[in-house]
Amino acid sequence: MGFGELRRKWTEGMALKITGPLLALLAKFFSGASVRWVDCHPDTCQRIYFANHTSHLDALVIWASLPPEVRGLTRPVAAKDYWTAGRIREYLARHVFNAILIDRTEIKVHQSPVDVMIREMGDKYSLIVFPEGGRSPTGEVREFKSGLYYLAKKRPELEAVPVYIDNMNRILPRGEVLPVPLLSRVIFGPPIWLEKGEPKEDFLQRAREAVLRLKEL
Amino acid sequence: MVAGAAAPPGGPFPDKRENSEHPTNPRNGTKTVTDPRTLILVLGVLVVLGIATAVAHLLRRRPETGLNPALLETFWLRIRAWWLLLSIVAATFLIHRVVTIAVFGLISFWALREFITLTPTRPGDHRALFWVFFVATPVQFVLVGLGFDWFTKLATLIWFVTFIPVYAFLLIPVRIALADDPKRFLERTAKIQAGLLICVYCFSYAPALLNLPVEKVSAGAASARERLLFFFVLMVQLSDVLQYAWAQLPWKHVLAPTISPTRTLEGLVGGVLSTSLVGASLCWATPFPFWMAGLMSGVVALMSFAGGITMSAVKRDRGVKDYGTLVEGHGGVLDRIDSLCFAAPVFFHLSYAWLASRPEFQVQISKGFSWLPPYWGM
Repeated sequence: MGFGELRRKWTEGMALKITGPLLALLAKFFSGASVRWVDCHPDTCQRIYFANHTSHLDALVIWASLPPEVRGLTRPVAAKDYWTAGRIREYLARHVFNAILIDRTEIKVHQSPVDVMIREMGDKYSLIVFPEGGRSPTGEVREFKSGLYYLAKKRPELEAVPVYIDNMNRILPRGEVLPVPLLSRVIFGPPIWLEKGEPKEDFLQRAREAVLRLKEL
Repeated sequence: MVAGAAAPPGGPFPDKRENSEHPTNPRNGTKTVTDPRTLILVLGVLVVLGIATAVAHLLRRRPETGLNPALLETFWLRIRAWWLLLSIVAATFLIHRVVTIAVFGLISFWALREFITLTPTRPGDHRALFWVFFVATPVQFVLVGLGFDWFTKLATLIWFVTFIPVYAFLLIPVRIALADDPKRFLERTAKIQAGLLICVYCFSYAPALLNLPVEKVSAGAASARERLLFFFVLMVQLSDVLQYAWAQLPWKHVLAPTISPTRTLEGLVGGVLSTSLVGASLCWATPFPFWMAGLMSGVVALMSFAGGITMSAVKRDRGVKDYGTLVEGHGGVLDRIDSLCFAAPVFFHLSYAWLASRPEFQVQISKGFSWLPPYWGM
């Protein structure tokens, strides 16, 4: 075994055993997140978690709210430009959350984000996606982009689990670096599936409403 | 001070080593709970709480008694919260005063989180909030931890008293103004200031009781300071219960029906009087004489009422029942400590003023500040 191999193993082991749980603990403390599962249970089966997006911490907090055995099998889909800026972010994205990084600046025809996601998730991993396509500046849930529909169309058997994250835009608003430790909520709702022949707009509308409904709980 | 009296040895300031052997000297971390008064007080509370738990447990097991199940459930949750509070207070007493202060600091931090979470803020407040959470709050409890023993550390005492009401109070609006967002400026500033003052400043007076040199006037000097803090927390909790119990009387004059339908004039008067009686009967555990212990307990009960009704008003305005609504299954931390926040500064100040009037301290004042009139310390 060469030095490079050893080093890689050590980095992965550290990420799995120490950095990951530590980061999850820190995220839980800073977001003060109370996690609720409504008509849905944590499971290691393949799923697509889709959530509203207001802060850079969203992916981290959803990831940290999952039980450890589910967490290891769940990969957030994140923007490459943000998560590769700086060594710490890159380390976290690649080794700790095992994120699927999407290049937002350069979208190729044969390498569309949905194809990348489908390929990367294989038959093992679940995904965390933010169908709004970016952080909402005001905190309200914007219209969903079509990515979620194409994901569901290609893998119609997967459960799409709506997630609502409350108050995260106040913990780490746009343009801020340091979080303020307010309390937040993460609510997982009942899964939805793409109906046969359901039009794109209807499905996206239904998905958005599924997220919004959790807000009232 | 009598003119012409000899200058005290060691110059105008007293020798700090004077008390270095004392068991409750803040610099001298050893804790002794060997004093029988402390043991009797803690054991007494344990027994009463044990009986209450047993009764509540039995009643919960027998639904046929016809008691209101919702009421019983509230009672049960309260008892659980008291066990938690008691074990925190007792465990920290046994270890070190710094542990007690740190635990109070964490509780305060959590209460502030709950307060600010329920208060609408704008993105422009973010930096100010960061200072409030990560600078103002820790510094306040570090100041408590540094200890201010009467006038030997007057400077620390003044820092403790002025840090939040002067420095933090003035810097919060400045930081928000620098964020260049004038919308509802005064309202946002006032809300953050109120949160900091109530959840951190007022609450920090409870652990600050550990800095009052009550052992010099108490019978049973060992752990006299801890006993005073324990007595205070006990009186606050007791007054909450007694006010609730008195409010169950058939005649009711509800004081503020919109804000709190359960707080009645009968509850207030009965609560204050009965808390005073219990407090007076526990005077052997305090540095105070009989009448003073009763009076202090009465004031604590009055301030507990004030804290409860004020924080209820905030909750009604925000349309929630508990501060803990965000954290399902828990009552909020702030719901548990609202009465403590209001009672602590008043209890601290009155204890301080009373100590200052004791002859034991008159000597010290004249030693330290011979050019000042004797009551300067008040």
